[in-house]
Amino acid sequence: MAGAAGPGTGPGAARGDGDDSLYPIAVLIDELRNEDVQLRLNSIKKLSTIALALGVERTRTELLPFLTDTIYDEDEVLLALAEQLGNFTGLVGGPDFAHCLLPPLESLATVEETVVRDKAVESLRQISQEHTPVALEAHFVPLVKRLASGDWFTSRTSACGLFSVCYPRASNAVKAEIRQHFRSLCSDDTPMVRRAAASKLGEFAKVLELDSVKSEIVPLFTNLASDEQDSVRLLAVEACVSIAQLLSQDDLEALVMPTLRQAAEDKSWRVRYMVADKFSELQKAVGPKITLNDLIPAFQNLLKDCEAEVRAAAAHKVKELCENLPTEGRETIIMNQILPFIKELVSDTNQHVKSALASVIMGLSTILGKENTIEHLLPLFLAQLKDECPEVRLNIISNLDCVNEVIGIRQLSQSLLPAIVELAEDAKWRVRLAIIEYMPLLAGQLGVEFFDEKLNSLCMAWLVDHVYAIREAATSNLMKLVQKFGTEWAQNTIVPKVLVMANDPNYLHRMTTLFCINALSEACGQEITTKQMLPIVLKMAGDQVANVRFNVAKSLQKIGPILDTDALQEEVKPVLQKLGQDEDMDVKYFAQEAISAVAQRLTKLDFPVKDNEEPSAPGADKNHFLRPRGPGEDTGKGPAHQLHVNTRDTPAQLEIAELVHFS
Amino acid sequence: MRKKGSRLAPVTNPRRRCLVVRQVCKSSGQLEAQSPLDPGAARRRWRRDAERAECGRAKPEPERGRRSRAGSGRAEMPYKLKKEKEPPKLAKGTAKPSSSSKDGGGESTDESQPQPQPQPQPQPQPPSSNKRPSNSTPPPTQLSKIKYSGGPQIVKKERRQSSSRFNLSKNRELQKLPALKDSPTQEREELFIQKLRQCCVLFDFVSDPLSDLKFKEVKRAGLNEMVEYITHSRDVVTEAIYPEAVTMFSVNLFRTLPPSSNPTGAEFDPEEDEPTLEAAWPHLQLVYEFFLRFLESPDFQPNIAKKYIDQKFVLALLDLFDSEDPRERDFLKTILHRIYGKFLGLRAYIRRQINHIFYRFIYETEHHNGIAELLEILGSIINGFALPLKEEHKMFLIRVLLPLHKVKSLSVYHPQLAYCVVQFLEKESSLTEPVIVGLLKFWPKTHSPKEVMFLNELEEILDVIEPSEFSKVMEPLFRQLAKCVSSPHFQVAERALYYWNNEYIMSLISDNAARVLPIMFPALYRNSKSHWNKTIHGLIYNALKLFMEMNQKLFDDCTQQYKAEKQKGRFRMKEREEMWQKIEELARLNPQYPMFRAPPPLPPVYSMETETPTAEDIQLLKRTVETEAVQMLKDIKKEKVLLRRKSELPQDVYTIKALEAHKRAEEFLTASQEAL
Repeated sequence: MAGAAGPGTGPGAARGDGDDSLYPIAVLIDELRNEDVQLRLNSIKKLSTIALALGVERTRTELLPFLTDTIYDEDEVLLALAEQLGNFTGLVGGPDFAHCLLPPLESLATVEETVVRDKAVESLRQISQEHTPVALEAHFVPLVKRLASGDWFTSRTSACGLFSVCYPRASNAVKAEIRQHFRSLCSDDTPMVRRAAASKLGEFAKVLELDSVKSEIVPLFTNLASDEQDSVRLLAVEACVSIAQLLSQDDLEALVMPTLRQAAEDKSWRVRYMVADKFSELQKAVGPKITLNDLIPAFQNLLKDCEAEVRAAAAHKVKELCENLPTEGRETIIMNQILPFIKELVSDTNQHVKSALASVIMGLSTILGKENTIEHLLPLFLAQLKDECPEVRLNIISNLDCVNEVIGIRQLSQSLLPAIVELAEDAKWRVRLAIIEYMPLLAGQLGVEFFDEKLNSLCMAWLVDHVYAIREAATSNLMKLVQKFGTEWAQNTIVPKVLVMANDPNYLHRMTTLFCINALSEACGQEITTKQMLPIVLKMAGDQVANVRFNVAKSLQKIGPILDTDALQEEVKPVLQKLGQDEDMDVKYFAQEAISAVAQRLTKLDFPVKDNEEPSAPGADKNHFLRPRGPGEDTGKGPAHQLHVNTRDTPAQLEIAELVHFS
Repeated sequence: MRKKGSRLAPVTNPRRRCLVVRQVCKSSGQLEAQSPLDPGAARRRWRRDAERAECGRAKPEPERGRRSRAGSGRAEMPYKLKKEKEPPKLAKGTAKPSSSSKDGGGESTDESQPQPQPQPQPQPQPPSSNKRPSNSTPPPTQLSKIKYSGGPQIVKKERRQSSSRFNLSKNRELQKLPALKDSPTQEREELFIQKLRQCCVLFDFVSDPLSDLKFKEVKRAGLNEMVEYITHSRDVVTEAIYPEAVTMFSVNLFRTLPPSSNPTGAEFDPEEDEPTLEAAWPHLQLVYEFFLRFLESPDFQPNIAKKYIDQKFVLALLDLFDSEDPRERDFLKTILHRIYGKFLGLRAYIRRQINHIFYRFIYETEHHNGIAELLEILGSIINGFALPLKEEHKMFLIRVLLPLHKVKSLSVYHPQLAYCVVQFLEKESSLTEPVIVGLLKFWPKTHSPKEVMFLNELEEILDVIEPSEFSKVMEPLFRQLAKCVSSPHFQVAERALYYWNNEYIMSLISDNAARVLPIMFPALYRNSKSHWNKTIHGLIYNALKLFMEMNQKLFDDCTQQYKAEKQKGRFRMKEREEMWQKIEELARLNPQYPMFRAPPPLPPVYSMETETPTAEDIQLLKRTVETEAVQMLKDIKKEKVLLRRKSELPQDVYTIKALEAHKRAEEFLTASQEAL
C-alpha cells in the first residue's frame, strides 16, 4: 500500500497514488502555518508519525530539508522540534544516515533562547553516539568547528557542549584541532562563552589523554580560575573536581593546588561559596594528604567567612567532611581543628547558618563516640534546642535518631521537652506539622511512660487544632503511635479521649472523631472497634450536620471489613439504610456506596474483601460544604461524583474552608 | 541620510494624538470579600495583579507628563479626538539637537515649555497621558520603585543595610590636615594629594558602626572639603592629581557586592522588595560626588585621564551597577555617562560590556539591579547615533533590546527600554518591521501586566510608524490585537481598545480597512456580548461604531462572513482530525511504527468563550452599537478617575527617608553624540 516504505525499501515503494505521497508533508506545512501556537506545537510533536508515513528516504529528502529551511517559530515549537530530532535516527534510516539530522539541529543550536539551544545540544550529543567514526569526522566534527567559530556567541556557547562527545572517537590529527578550538573558546571575548567553556572544562578533561590534560587543560583551568568575571571563576572550581581526579598527587600539588587555594580565598564571595558547596567532592578528589594540609585550613576559613552565605554552605558540609576523613586520627583532627569553629557557629548571628549546622551537627556524634559526644557535642545540641529560631530547633529534633544510637535520648530529654512543647504550639502551622511528623520517632525513643506523662496531651490537643492539615496529621500520628505502643495502650489512653469528642459542639471536632476511628480501627483490631468505636459511629448517624452524617457512612464503609458479619448485618446495615433515605443527597450517595460495599462483603465472605479504595481523599469532603446545593439537583450521583476528581486541596485553602459553620 | 527628509518633515505626517482616558472598573476592583465562601485569597491576588498592571502605565507618567501643557491632563471623552495644535515639529526637533538634525530651533522651544517637576511623584498623577514619544532625554529611572502613600503601613523595620565587606585598612587613625583654602597656594597640590591618600583608608560601617567615629569624621570632612575645592577652584586638577583621584575612587568603591538580603530567584519581586541600602553611604556618597565633580571640572583633560580611566576601570565600574542601593546606581549612571561622553576610545568597549551584562541578564540570571540605569544611558547614546545607523547598532536593537522584553522583571525598566526602541525607530523607520515582529514573538502569554506594558510600547511605536511600514506588519499585528481585545483580563482588553482613541492609528486602520477589519471584526463581535466586564462592552461598541463609520459596506460583509466562518470552523476542525487520522494510518504501515509511537493526542483545546447568539442580524447589531456607544459616553463622563494603589506592604521608614534624601546629580541624561 501507499507510503509503506520501511527501511531498505526502494524509492518506488514510497510512491502510491500521486496525492497520497505528498500528503503528509503538505499537511505539516499547512499546520505549521496555523496561527494557533498550540496547533503548531501539536503538529511538531507528531513529527515522528509524519516521518513514519513518509518512510526513511522521503524523510531525508523532503521532510528534513523542509524543517531546516523553515526554522523560524516560537521558541516553544523549536524546543519541541529539537527534542524530536534527537530520537530521529531510526526514522532517517539508521546510523548511516544520522548525519542528515545535523543541519536542522545546527540551526537550532544557534538560536538565542537558551532552553532551545540546550535541547538542541542535548539531541546533538545523543546523535553523535549513533554516528560511525567516519561519519563523525566527515559530518559531526565540521559542524562543531563551524559552531565554535560562529559569529554570534550563541553558536560558540553551544559548541562548548559538543567537544567531549566527538573527541574520543576522532583521529589524532582531528583531536589536535578539536583541542585547539576548545582552547580558543576558553579565552573568548564574550563572558557567556567563557562560562560555557568553563562549565564543560571538567567533562572535556575526562576524555583527554593525560599528557594533554597536563599540558593544555591545566593552563586553561588556571586562566579561567583567574578570570576577571567571578561568574567564570566559580565555574572553574567545579572543573577542579574533575581535573583533580585525573592527576597524580605530585601533579596535583604542583598544578592544581595553587589555584584552588587562591579560589578558597577569592575576593568574591560567590567563588568562596562555590568552594564551600563543592567541598566534599574536592576533598574526595584531592585525597587525604592534601585534605589535611590544605583543605582543613581552607575549611576553617570558610566556616568563619564574613558572608553568611559562605558560612552556611560550609556548615552544611561539616558532617560529610568529618566522615570522609581517614579513620586514623580522625577524632583528633575533628576535636582540635573543626570543633572549635563549630562552637562559634552555634551562636552565629545568621539563622540560616545556625539551621544549616543544626541539620548536620547530630551526625557528628556517631563519628566522635559516646564520651566526646556527651562532653563536647551535647552542650551544643542543648544550646541549639533553645535557639530562638524554630527551624534550628526543628532540625535538631528531626535528627535525634543519630544521637539516640550513641548516647540515648534520655540525656537530652530534659531540654527536649520544652523545645518540643514550644514547637508544638508554634504559631506557624507548618512548624507544628513538622513536629507532629517526628512524634512517632520521638515516642519510640523516649518510651511509653515518658510519652504518657509529657507528650500525650500534646497529641490530643492537635486533634482540635484549627488547621485541618494539623488535625489530619494528628490523626495519622495516633495510628502510628498505636502501632508502636499496642492496642492495650490505645484502649486505655487514646480511644476514650477520641470518643469523647463525638459529643463536641463543634462539628469539625465530631468529624475528627470519625477520621480517628477510620485511622485507628485497623490498628486496634476487631474487638475494640466493635465494642467501643462502632456504637459511637452509629450514634453519630443522627447528627444534625450533613457532613457528619455522610462521614458516618464513609466510616462505616471503612471499618466494615474489620467487623464481623453479625455486627454488619444487625447494626451497620439498618443505620446505613436509614442514611440511604436521608434528605441530603450527599449523605444518600455515600450511604449507597457503603451499602453496596457492605453487601459485597456479606455475600462474598469467602473472599477477602479489598475495600480500601476509598472514593475520595480526606480533602475532598471538605469541598462539600463549599458547594452550594441547588434544590433542583436530582440524582446524588452527578455532582457528588465530580467532587471526587478534585481530591486534595492545599492546607491553606482548607483553612478558609473551615470558616464555614453549619448550624 | 536618505530617510532624513521624510522624518524631518513631520507636518505631512498626520501625527495627531488624543487623550487616553484611564478608568478602572469600579465594580470589579472594589469588591470586598463579603462571604467566607469567597475565594478571598484569589481575589486579593487578582487585585494585586490588577494594580500591577496599572503600574506599567502609571509609572512612566511623570516623564511623559513633562511636556504636557497645563489642562490637557483632564479626563476627556474617550473618542472625541483631541487634536494636537502644537506643531509636531517641536517634539521632533528637540529630540535631536544632533548633527543630523536640521532644525536647530528645538532647543529653545524646549526651554520655553513649562516643565512640571519630573520627579517621581508619590500619588496624585492624573492617570491620563498625553503621549509624546520623542523626548530628548531618556526617562529617568525612579529611585524608589515603591510608591509610598504614607499612612499606617509605614513601619520601622529592622535596619536593612547591606554588608559590603571592604578590606578594612589596618591603620585607621587619621590626622586632621590643615584646610586647603588656608594653606599657601604652592603647597595646595601637595596637601590635596595628601588628603586624597588619606581618604583611601576604609572604615567599618556594618559590624561595628560606632567604631573609629573620630577618624570617620576626619575622612568625611576631608571629602567634603575636596568636593568644595574641586568645584569652586580653578586649575586645581593638575597632572599629579589624576592618578591619586582615580586610585582613591577605586579603593573606596571597587568591591564585591554582598549577597542580597532579598529573596533570590522566583521569590524576588523587583517592584516590591525593598532595596538594601549601602551602610558605608556617608563616605561613598562623598567619594562619588567628588569623582563626578572631578570629571566635570573644566580643567579635566581626558587625554591625561585616559591613562588611569581605562578598560579595567570601566569594567569594575560596570560591575557596581548591580548594587541594590538606588542612590549608588544613580551616581554610577551619571559617572558612566560622563565617561562615555569624554572618552571616545572607551565608547565601543563600554557598549560591548553593557551588552554582556544584558546577555547574562536575559539568558542566564534574570537578575540585575541596574538594567534601568544602563538603558537610560543607552537611551542617551542612541539619541546621539549618527545616520545612517551602523550595522552594529541595528544588531544591538534586534539582539539585545528586543530580547530584553522577555525577562520577567520587565516592569522595572520598561519605560527606559521603550524609549530606546522608539528612539531607534525615529532614527530609522525601516527597523519598524523587525521590531514589531520581535515584540510579537516575545508577546507575553500569561503575564497580563506585562501584556499591558507591551501594548503601551506598541502604541508608542505606532505613533511614529510610517504608513508604508504599517502595511508591512499590520496583519500579524492586528491578529495579536484581536487576541488582546478578547483577553479575559479586562485591563489588557481595555488597553488594547484604547488604540481606537488614537487618531493616528485610526487613520492608519482606515487606510487599510480592507485588510484590518476582517481580522479584528470576529474578536470584537464575539466579545461585544460575551466579555464579562461591562466597561469592555462599551469600548467594544465604540470600536465597532468606528469601523461601521469607516466603511459601511465592509462592515456588513464582515458580519456576514463572521457567521459563515463560524460554521466553517467546526467543519475545519473535523477535517483536521481526519487529516491526521489518515497520516496515522499511513504511518501504521511502516514496520518501524511500534518503535516510534507518537504521544497520545492531546485533548483538544477548548476556548473559554461562550456561544454568542448568531441570530442577531446586522440591523440589530448596528442599533446596539449606536445605543451602547452613546451610553458609554455618558458613563465615562461620570466615571471618576481612580488612583492607582499599590498593595499595602509595610515599608521601612528608614529606607524611604534615605531615598528621599538622595539628590540626583542631574535629572536627565543628555544625548552623547556619536563620533563619526
